[in-house]
Amino acid sequence: MFEYAPAPESRSVVDIKPSYGLFVDGAFVDPTDGGSFKSVNPASEEVLAEIAEAGNEDVDRAVRAARTAYEKVWGPMPGRDRAKYLFRIARIIQERSRELAVLESLDNGKPIKESRDVDLPLVAAHFFYYAGWADKLPYAGFGPDPKPLGVAAQVIPWNFPLLMLAWKIAPALAAGNTVVLKPAETTPLTALLFAEICQQADLPAGVVNIVTGAGDTGRALVEHPGVDKVAFTGSTEVGKAIARAVAGTRKKLTLELGGKAANIVFDDAPIDQAVEGIVNGIFFNQGHVCCAGSRLLVQESVADRVLESLKRRMAQLRVGDPLDKNTDIGAINSAAQLAKIRELSEVGAAEGAERWSPPCELPERGFWFAPTIFTGVTQAHRIAREEIFGPVLSVLTFRTPAEAVEKANNTPYGLSAGIWTDKGSRILWTADRLRAGVVWANTFNKFDPTSPFGGYKESGYGREGGRHGLEGYLNV
Amino acid sequence: MSERVAVRKTYKLFIGGKFPRSESGRSYLVQDSNVSLASRKDARDAVVAARAAVKGWAGATAYNRGQILYRVAEMLEGRRDQFVALGAPADEVDAAIDRWVWYAGWSDKLPQVYGGANPVAGPYFNLSAPEPTGVVAAVAPEAPALLGLVSVIAPAIVTGNTVVVAASPAAPLAAVTLAEVLATSDLPGGVVNVLTGRLAETVPTLAAHMDVNAVDLTGVADAELAAELEVKAAENLKRVLRPAPADHDWYADPGLTRMTTLLETKTVWHPKGV
Repeated sequence: MFEYAPAPESRSVVDIKPSYGLFVDGAFVDPTDGGSFKSVNPASEEVLAEIAEAGNEDVDRAVRAARTAYEKVWGPMPGRDRAKYLFRIARIIQERSRELAVLESLDNGKPIKESRDVDLPLVAAHFFYYAGWADKLPYAGFGPDPKPLGVAAQVIPWNFPLLMLAWKIAPALAAGNTVVLKPAETTPLTALLFAEICQQADLPAGVVNIVTGAGDTGRALVEHPGVDKVAFTGSTEVGKAIARAVAGTRKKLTLELGGKAANIVFDDAPIDQAVEGIVNGIFFNQGHVCCAGSRLLVQESVADRVLESLKRRMAQLRVGDPLDKNTDIGAINSAAQLAKIRELSEVGAAEGAERWSPPCELPERGFWFAPTIFTGVTQAHRIAREEIFGPVLSVLTFRTPAEAVEKANNTPYGLSAGIWTDKGSRILWTADRLRAGVVWANTFNKFDPTSPFGGYKESGYGREGGRHGLEGYLNV
Repeated sequence: MSERVAVRKTYKLFIGGKFPRSESGRSYLVQDSNVSLASRKDARDAVVAARAAVKGWAGATAYNRGQILYRVAEMLEGRRDQFVALGAPADEVDAAIDRWVWYAGWSDKLPQVYGGANPVAGPYFNLSAPEPTGVVAAVAPEAPALLGLVSVIAPAIVTGNTVVVAASPAAPLAAVTLAEVLATSDLPGGVVNVLTGRLAETVPTLAAHMDVNAVDLTGVADAELAAELEVKAAENLKRVLRPAPADHDWYADPGLTRMTTLLETKTVWHPKGV
């Protein structure tokens, strides 16, 4: 591997405060019971800030603020004016994108080249896209006068903190709802900077409220009788608990949950491109991606060649400082997630799969996991069935296209899938049969605000992005 | 000359294109007829039949599905008087026939209205299209028995789902007679399966069944039971259509939600290049 000199992105562009309150009704406020927790940099274990923990009363206050804003300001506001606020927010995000990218990498551990080149452009684009819908809802295909739902409770994960915020807040506001959003407890900082951006945009108070905290805060928010809509991105287990919690209510629910995507490589695939796609599919964002291509299904006749190329390519991946512009794989987001990845990897080896990682020096402090593949994996292995949510790939083989489809669909999940082949008709044949919401053919992990995203089966329901993404926030 | 002795009809279940009695051997008396009292096992058998029918029905062309739904309308029109004799008001029967015609036309239009090309910011072909979610367990409303039943079956199957429907316990004769219409409309066996009997007996089994993809609780009037069913449905994240409000107007334009809730959107990406 080439030796590169360090190329760190400067931290000076961000100004992290020692402590943050809750963002309720347009202002930062202290939590009623004064609880707090710390957010750490997973690459160094350094404490970044003290974060307020919202209790039941704080959640109630935020929901009431959102209700008032919905009834008095945002609901009655003409769509063209809501659009202008969203365009403003999109522009401020573009203007402050470096600051947001650095803060995201610090708090999350993802490489700066990903937060800078993927997350932030998509965040701005998402607000820009939905801004344009705000005054065009009668043309969205949901009837001549679709109405908002009211107050949306939104709970988001730690893998793409600001992007998931954008996926939640932009369509909700465009449709005329107000929101109370809870960021993940390990990655609250960009959501709190977003709250400042709302202030900078002069967004009316109460339209966006950010309550920080862990599972209890999320539960209080989802179960609050004053919310009309619940949107959640996270684990399938929590998604099911939320589906139970809203049972018997009139709350509209959309869920974007786990995945165990098959990335299918046929024998006529361009091997080098496929290997790039496999690497992108599982090692992008440390594999902390619900739609990650975590099961490689490779046709038996080319399996040796593909694996050889894959290992050679993996040996070139640079693991380390997320703020270094040359870094490919950053830090695992938390000690808890690292423990989970380690545990499942140990199970993989114990169950008989063969484990391989390239020689890879990991930093001493922080949470790190070397890119790993398991070969000789069978469908019964836990590493082929459970979401690892880390840089760990399970490799299975197949002989016929029908077998590939059978194996790909043999999972309770159905979020995404990949197909690599040179033959167009085989792509379409395979895509038709895959029970997955997003199918990437000869590419992987591509996202766009115009493109609906969401799963089949236990990967959840509803779609985010595109015209489809409005439906979850309209009374239709 | 003595008066002719009428040949009475046996009202049975409709599972997998056949008309079996309940495996439990039980029946209950409605409108002077003994109607099958479906068991939990019947419900599970119906799910097996519905699952077996998914591949063929979801894989049929939209044109073909539209033709078959229209054929249902034709058959129903021919049996109009029979349904009136069973107690359905004539205007309800007419509305039920027209509803089949309305939904028949959606088979090859909904994918255009509800899907399409997405203008992504990059050199990619990107297309979203709806697909059926799979097996739908539905509860027909108590009234209007025929129009309500048609209004839960048609939107589920027009897009390629298969259905197990629990008919209104108080008005099962119309449901079984509709099953006879379906059985003579070229609808493949198992696409629609009809259970008669007590909702509290069959529906919890359907809502908890791990091989069911969606539940339509339209006809569940008891709010407590509806919440309980929704909790069961959460176990494998079934798509849920919640109970219809008591004042729901079954004669109004049904809109798209009944169809779209039972659909998955699949988005396919491919790079453009030479």
